[in-house]
Amino acid sequence: MLWPKLARSLLHRSHATAPAPHPDTVAALAERMRAAGQTRLGRSLRILVVESGGCGACALEVRALAGAAYDMERYGLHFVTTPRQADILLVTGPATRNMTEALQRAWAAMPEPKWVVAVGDCAGGTGPFQGSYAVEDGGVNAVLPLDLVVPGCPPAPTLVLEGLLALLEAQASLG
Amino acid sequence: MNAATRLILAAPLVAPGRHLLEASAWAALPAALRQEPELDLLALWAEPGMIHVAFLAHDDRHELGRGRLLLASTPVPAGRYPALSPARPMAAWFERTIADLWGLLAEGGTDGRPWLDHGRWPLARPLSARPVAQGGEPPQPVFLPVEGAMDAEDVFQYPLGPVLPGGNPAHLRAHLRGGTVLRLEARLGYGHKGLFALMHGKSPRAAARLVARLAGDATVAHAWAFALAAEAATNTPAPPRAALLRAVMAEAERIGNHLLDWGETCAAAGFGWAQARSLVLRERLLHANELAFGQRLLLDRVVPGGVSIDIAASGAEAMLEALVVIEEELPAFQSVHETHAGLQDRICAAAVTPAAAVALLAAGGVAGRSAGRRFDTRQGAPYAPYPSLGFSVPGHATGDADARLRLRLQEIVESLGLIRAALARLEPGPTLVSLPVQAGEGTGMVESHRGEALHWLTLDEAGLIRACFARDASWPLWPLLEAAMQGQAVADLPLCRASLNPSSHGVDL
Repeated sequence: MLWPKLARSLLHRSHATAPAPHPDTVAALAERMRAAGQTRLGRSLRILVVESGGCGACALEVRALAGAAYDMERYGLHFVTTPRQADILLVTGPATRNMTEALQRAWAAMPEPKWVVAVGDCAGGTGPFQGSYAVEDGGVNAVLPLDLVVPGCPPAPTLVLEGLLALLEAQASLG
Repeated sequence: MNAATRLILAAPLVAPGRHLLEASAWAALPAALRQEPELDLLALWAEPGMIHVAFLAHDDRHELGRGRLLLASTPVPAGRYPALSPARPMAAWFERTIADLWGLLAEGGTDGRPWLDHGRWPLARPLSARPVAQGGEPPQPVFLPVEGAMDAEDVFQYPLGPVLPGGNPAHLRAHLRGGTVLRLEARLGYGHKGLFALMHGKSPRAAARLVARLAGDATVAHAWAFALAAEAATNTPAPPRAALLRAVMAEAERIGNHLLDWGETCAAAGFGWAQARSLVLRERLLHANELAFGQRLLLDRVVPGGVSIDIAASGAEAMLEALVVIEEELPAFQSVHETHAGLQDRICAAAVTPAAAVALLAAGGVAGRSAGRRFDTRQGAPYAPYPSLGFSVPGHATGDADARLRLRLQEIVESLGLIRAALARLEPGPTLVSLPVQAGEGTGMVESHRGEALHWLTLDEAGLIRACFARDASWPLWPLLEAAMQGQAVADLPLCRASLNPSSHGVDL
């Protein structure tokens, strides 16, 4: 039976708890989230992750945000699997030419208001694959109107999280 | 019996382990391969005017699964060579790659459709001696028809991707009758980044940064295999301390990926608790990686000549603490797996990989060892430091999602032991030697969490890469995914994908 196991893991603090972000950071982020995002977008921000080539490490780090260690849903951030539900198109990878049309179509299918976030050096246009015949010059910016770049190769999940919240803040101050 | 092996061994050696076949000998290869089904085709690649193939020959296939690499080449002056795909279906995918990148055509091949080249690059045949400019409207992809269902009104196509939930860019095209998959076909190449063109003319040390980014979740395995190839080409083995540190990183990578795949499979089977727990454990391990080696995913840590960074003073302690945490959770994982009826219901006899397909495609890693192909590079074609570390290679025969989940937990246990043994053997010493600048050729094969990662390179007189190839273990996993979905409910596709977890990054090159 599963429920005793579930109860145990809920009630007992396991050794397996991942290193949590510093509580002050969490409080500050939550505060910024409240001030910025909710006025603009209600309580949630939905993110579609698209890998445009590269090695996939950035996407791994982005997806780690959904785990209990980072628990991004507490800030109202969710991953979705269709552009129709997305507010943010989060792109990793160097924007391969073979993905250009897919990126543009995903972007076109998203409802307004919408943003593009490039995560990682490849997507930001400074990665190791720049100059290849198979990659757009300048990363995601060559294909879509870029709102934010989170640098790193790959950036740590906390950095991605801070980037997303900074975007919310900037948008709120604009409008 | 071993007609193909004899055919290759009879040809003269042109480089360590690589035989140069005359055109007539290559032409006889497909027939000989049919007579020797136990010779695994690992990879097929090219350079301008030359075609190369890598086989894995098994001396005692059914016992320990020992194997040795056998490389063969033949000149292709007229741009055409006899195809191997009629004898080895796996070769068809490589032949399409060769046609797209090098412009050499496989005569009599089973599949002539373009593969990596979607008609969107400014150049066609980018790696050939004379690339040609291309432009205009990209052609529409062509998918294989389903036999006997050409005009059937009840058969329809279900397109998925290239933006797929949960990751890798790939397009999956299913022909369905009702909810049943008649044929699933994967179309890749969306993530093609032009890796080899960037590597050409670089020193192995400079190219290592690119190799590390072939597939981010197998970065240690690929960097290690590439480093072994470069070290073999220059006859400069890495120092013993570096070999042990590489093993620590490679096993940490294996544990992290197995945890991820274990959770992902359970989640695809509708069991979120398992994924939540396994992700927490993985996070704990990545944190230890960061403390020990300064990076969570261990990119750029393994380089030709050794490792780029020694383990931190408190690194071993951090790793060992994380291992204890993981070890304490494993019994709970196992008992949940074995006793939770809802989970068992979904994973037993689901996503079955036919044993014949596994053998014919030479699928490695968990996919192979859960379906009767016992080969593990660490044991079958060992490299330092594994011969000095004790471990066992568990295996199963059923080839379903249940067997693969079971195997992942068993392999985690082995990897825990390997990291401890490697850390215990660390002696002070150098961790990096510089490679001499000289011409040479070498291969390296390393067991990634998906199976064999094979790298081959040749260096010119200035010590720069003249030609290279990287074979990720995902190559056979995509055709295996297609085979496993045949006749299954399309609703099982997420489970099947999570359970086999083929990477498109490693294949897209």
